[in-house]
Amino acid sequence: MNALLDLLAAIGRGFFAVLSAAGSVTLFAALALSHVVRPPFYPRLLLRQMTDIGYFSLPVVALTAIFSGMVLALQSYTGFARFSAEGAVATVVVLSITRELGPVLAGLMVAGRVGAAIAAELGTMRVTDQIDALTTLSTNPMKYLVVPRIVAATLVLPMLVLVADILGVLGGFIVGVFKLDFHPGTYMARTWEYLEFQDVFSGLVKAAVFGFIIALMGCYQGYHSKGGAQGVGAATTNAVVSASILILTFNYIITELFFAR
Amino acid sequence: MSGMPKIRIRGLCKAFGPKRVLDALDLDVPAGRGLVVIGGSGSGKSVLIKCILGLIEPDAGMIEIDGRNVLAMSRTEREAVNAHIGMLFQQGALFDSLPVWENVAFGLLARRMMARRDAKPRAIEILAQVGLGADVADLSPSELSGGMQKRVALARAIAARPDIMFFDEPTTGLDPIMGAIIDALIVEQVKRLGATAFSITHDMASAQRIGDTVAMIHGGRIIWVGPASSIRESGNPYVDQFVRGSSEGPIKMELRK
Repeated sequence: MNALLDLLAAIGRGFFAVLSAAGSVTLFAALALSHVVRPPFYPRLLLRQMTDIGYFSLPVVALTAIFSGMVLALQSYTGFARFSAEGAVATVVVLSITRELGPVLAGLMVAGRVGAAIAAELGTMRVTDQIDALTTLSTNPMKYLVVPRIVAATLVLPMLVLVADILGVLGGFIVGVFKLDFHPGTYMARTWEYLEFQDVFSGLVKAAVFGFIIALMGCYQGYHSKGGAQGVGAATTNAVVSASILILTFNYIITELFFAR
Repeated sequence: MSGMPKIRIRGLCKAFGPKRVLDALDLDVPAGRGLVVIGGSGSGKSVLIKCILGLIEPDAGMIEIDGRNVLAMSRTEREAVNAHIGMLFQQGALFDSLPVWENVAFGLLARRMMARRDAKPRAIEILAQVGLGADVADLSPSELSGGMQKRVALARAIAARPDIMFFDEPTTGLDPIMGAIIDALIVEQVKRLGATAFSITHDMASAQRIGDTVAMIHGGRIIWVGPASSIRESGNPYVDQFVRGSSEGPIKMELRK
C-alpha cells in the first residue's frame, strides 16, 4: 500500500512540476512579448541575431533539406511502384517538403544549433553575473538579451524554411531526373500541378512558431540557469529537448488548424 | 540633508527556504564615506548588496537611497536610480561578447549619454584613469589578466560618474600586490567622484584600505559598526575572532557532518 502511495505521490509531484514549469515559461513568454513593443529597441542586436540564427544556419538547413528531398523521392518511387503510382513522386515530394519536412526538420536542426547556443550563452552570462551587471547598468536584460533573440528567430525561421522548401524540391528533382529517369519538364509540371498557396503558407507559419519556441526555450533555460558549468550544461540540454518536443507538439496543432476537415 | 544617510536599511529580511540569511538587518551608509561590510562566507554579504541593487527582492524591510524607498519603486524609477550607481562585481562580470571599450562605455551607450563615435575616445580616457592603455580597448575581456579585468570592470563602474559605488569582494582572486593596487585605484576614484562607497569583503587588509567605517554582519544582522582604523581594538568577540582569523571563538562555521 505504501509503495502505491509513494508511486502516486511521485507522479503527482512530477505532474505539478510540469504545470509549474509550463506556467513559468508562459509568464516568461508574456513578459518577453510585452517588451517587444516597448522602447528602448536594439536594432543592431536584432540584426546580429538574425545573422547568427539565419545566415549561419543556412548550411545545416540546406544540407538537411536537399538530402530529405532526395530520400523522399527515392522512397516514394520504390513504394509507389508497387501499385504503379510512380507519377505521384513529384507531388508527394513537394507536398511533404512544404507542409511537413521543411519546417519540422529545419526547426529541429536550428533547435540543436541555435537553441543550445542561446541557452549556453545566457546561462554563462547568468552564472558569471553578466545579467546582473546589465541591470546595474540600467539595461533591462529582457529587452537586451531575450527580445532580439526571440524576434530574430521568429523572423528568420520562415526565410530558412523557404530556402529548405526550394532545396528539398531540388533534391527530389535531382533524384527524379538523374536516377529515376523522369523527364525534367514532366517532373516540374507535376510539382506545380497540385501545390497550393496554403501548402507553403502553413509551412511558413509553422516555421515562425518554431522559431519563437526555439528562442524562447533557449532564453528561458539560459536565463534561469544556476550552479556553474553543470547548470549551464543542464540548461543547454533542457533547451534543445524542450524545444524539440514543443516543435513536434505544435506541428500537430498547426496542421490540425490548417488541414483538418 | 547632510545628516541623512545616503543608504538607509531597516528591518531587511531575506530567507532561502528555511535559511534566514538576513534577519531584520539595520544599517546606515553615510553620504560621501566608505563603508565596508565584513563577514564570513555565507553570512549574507552578497545577498545584502544584491538586495540594495535590486537584484534580489527581500522578503521584508525597507531600503532608502537618498531618502526614497527603492523597494516601492517601479522598474523605470529603479533604472533611474541605478543610473547613479556603479558596481564592481567579484569576478568582474565583463561582457565577453563585447570588446573592452564597449564594456567600459556600456552604461554611457545604454543610457543614451553619448553617441557610439564619441564613446570610444571617452572609454579610452576612462581606461587611462585606471592605468590601462589604449591598446587594450579593442581586446576581448578574455584576453586580459585577472588584474586587468578588474581594472576594466572598475573603469566600467566609474564611467557614468556614479554617486554611489558598490564593490563586491574587489580583491578576490588577485595576488596581494595587485589587490593593493586595485584598492588604491578604488580609493582614488571614489575620492575623485566624491561618491559614497559600499563594499563587502572578507579581506581585512582590503577593508582597512578602502573603508572609513567597517560593519560586521553575523547571523543575518549587523553586530558591530566602527571606524576602520580601530577594528583591531573593537572589543567585540565576533569581530576580534574574524580579524584574527581564528577558529576559536563565538563564530561557529557551519560544517556538514
